[in-house]
Amino acid sequence: MKFSLIVHASPFSAQTSSTAYRYAKCLLEEGHQIFRIFYYGDGVLVANQQIAPPQDETNLLSSWQSLAKTHNLDLVVCIAAAVKRGVLDDNEAQRYDKENANLALGFELSGLGQLAEAIAVSDRVITFGN
Amino acid sequence: MIDKKSILIINQSAPYGSSKARESLDVALTCSIFEMPVSLLFIGDGLYQLINNQSPDALSMKKHEAMLSALPMYDIENIYITEEDLESIGLTENDLAIPVTLIQRDAIASLIQQNDSVLTF
Repeated sequence: MKFSLIVHASPFSAQTSSTAYRYAKCLLEEGHQIFRIFYYGDGVLVANQQIAPPQDETNLLSSWQSLAKTHNLDLVVCIAAAVKRGVLDDNEAQRYDKENANLALGFELSGLGQLAEAIAVSDRVITFGN
Repeated sequence: MIDKKSILIINQSAPYGSSKARESLDVALTCSIFEMPVSLLFIGDGLYQLINNQSPDALSMKKHEAMLSALPMYDIENIYITEEDLESIGLTENDLAIPVTLIQRDAIASLIQQNDSVLTF
């Protein structure tokens, strides 16, 4: 079955963000297909390459990155939600005259149209809220 | 190519205090631009999004009801609330900023069943 996931939760304030990761991992292990992961609201914060959690805690960013690399996942970060929270790719950093881009490798900034498409083509869309 | 999958968006968050209401509306409008039929269900605290005469100026927020008034322009006209929720917050349809369809709480299950995809905010 073809799934898409929407991740709303902040990576550090809620369990939901890590639940989304484990759910995605499980789907792939069970032989399902993931069309897209869409990060929205505070969920976009996981795509900040500058996050540096303590070493004895799970690093959700690198977990997503390695899962995406292995399975060629499409990790899309809502551009409007990301930019206002300071998660910028090169284009947006330039546009808003910020010194650095900080969008983590493996993620892409794009619009809500990508979510609409994910809903349209997926058999199931699962929301990870909060 | 985007299929015309129907979407039900369940709104259960109050209009201010979190970004959920605004995010939900943005998704609804976007899906509608892609000609996907969108229905909205407001339950629990989500009902407060619909109240008229909101004055969030003190919070430096935009008026949510003003944004809701854009819905008809996007052909989003299936807007549902339950009679039970309306009654439980002590309001009537006259207190709402936009026209809604009143349903019984029991009908939520079939509303979910009728739609291809369900999102919750």
